[in-house]
Amino acid sequence: MSDIALSRPVPVTTEPPFARYALIGLAVVFVALFLFAPLVTVFAEALAEGWRGVVAALSLPDAQAAIRMTLTIAAIAVPLNAVFGLAAAWAIAKFDFRGKAFLITLIDLPFSVSPVVAGLMLVLLFGANSLLGAWLIANDMRIVFAFPGILLATLFVTFPFVARELIPVMIEQGRAEEEAALTLGASGWRTFFTVTLPNIRWALLYGVLLCNARAMGEFGAVAVVSGKIRGQTATMPTMVEMFYNEYLSVAAFTLAAVLAMLALLTLLLKSLLEWRHADLLAATRRH
Amino acid sequence: MNIEIEELAKEFGTTRALHPVSLSIPSGALVALLGPSGSGKTTLLRILGGLEFPTSGRVLFGGQDATGLSVQKRRAGFVFQSYALFRHMTVFENIAYGLRARPRKERPTEAEIGRRVNRLLDLIQLPDIGARYPNQLSGGQRQRVALARALAIEPRMLLLDEPFGALDAKVRKELRQGLREIHDRTGLSTVFVTHDQEEAMELADLVVVMSMGRIEQVGKPAEIRANPATDFVRTFTAA
Repeated sequence: MSDIALSRPVPVTTEPPFARYALIGLAVVFVALFLFAPLVTVFAEALAEGWRGVVAALSLPDAQAAIRMTLTIAAIAVPLNAVFGLAAAWAIAKFDFRGKAFLITLIDLPFSVSPVVAGLMLVLLFGANSLLGAWLIANDMRIVFAFPGILLATLFVTFPFVARELIPVMIEQGRAEEEAALTLGASGWRTFFTVTLPNIRWALLYGVLLCNARAMGEFGAVAVVSGKIRGQTATMPTMVEMFYNEYLSVAAFTLAAVLAMLALLTLLLKSLLEWRHADLLAATRRH
Repeated sequence: MNIEIEELAKEFGTTRALHPVSLSIPSGALVALLGPSGSGKTTLLRILGGLEFPTSGRVLFGGQDATGLSVQKRRAGFVFQSYALFRHMTVFENIAYGLRARPRKERPTEAEIGRRVNRLLDLIQLPDIGARYPNQLSGGQRQRVALARALAIEPRMLLLDEPFGALDAKVRKELRQGLREIHDRTGLSTVFVTHDQEEAMELADLVVVMSMGRIEQVGKPAEIRANPATDFVRTFTAA
């Protein structure tokens, strides 16, 4: 064995150097142009008038209301969809039943339907012109152009993220470990919390992070359902658009920068968790 | 504890996995369910363990009807084909799982759990692996840990699904001997599923040959070899 290790290392690539550098260069240019440049632009534009401009933009009541609205929506929609997604993935991965294929299609529906159509659907269903909507309004329950509508639109659009992330993982893991727990005397709930949940926690975390990113960033569906009423139903993405259309570019880019920072924060959180639990991750991975 | 199987049948939708079969397993016997894939042997084992429920028929444990008994209440130590060890727990926690899952009143103290787990690790002759994770073990070690985990609940019987299926020939021989010793020491009625006739003949006191959801023959290995009851048994055991 040792003489193999001592022999000269054979290069794994056979391409001439210029081809290699050209390909690497192409990749770097692409990443810089399409990923870094936009991000840098957002922050540069926000700081175009210095920190003063940023502080002034953030002290606008409309901006603050939008930030509050987006954080509230995400805080409610993400946990709900984590639970719904978990339940759906569990049913699909661990049980056989009639209509399973239909359920999988249904879960993917929000991905295949344009968000604007989803928003319009909610307006048609709950708006003043529908039977249900008229009844709701008569009983003083506003859905469309109000908080419940925005929440429903966000729930609809972000539903697939957790389920999509979990289903392949849960199918790959099979039912054997759960069955083992049951034969050892564990109840259904105990099996779920001590065996099922620990096995899927990373997939669940990724799903929740993706769901959160989309919940905070959703524009189309929310724009239609919310009516974009400043200070009342405007979310961060819709407020960014309104500021921009009014040539308040510093305010628009400041709010966009806050949104981008929230996204970067979730990514940081994910990396931090991965780094802290690296040994456990390595130990529990099957391959 | 003796196990009685009376006219047990199982259907999955329109397919019959098990035609009505009857079998009597004497207390303390080491029994092999032998047959090709699709013969119903695993279905029968899973019904004994409470992981499947029969369409008709009865199962009696020690004379008591256990047909509808929940999987948790059966106290059947089950060893799964790919062992199904909890991959996020150490070997110690895997073996302790069944003890920790008991209702508070019957749960042993932490010190007692430690003692029992260590005793089981000694029994499977792997005293020093308690802190390891399942993916840090060899196939043979995993199988023995799965056996220890099943024994930890002080089971009334042992059920093993292809316990040597995923192992190479040398390890297989050793573990066969290991299972025989553990069986003899605990005196538990033990049923294992295999498609390997040599394994069944060498290890079991009683061999049940199955095919197409039916029991073809039940007997001691020597009897089956000397007097195969059907053509299927003759060709299958000659292989």
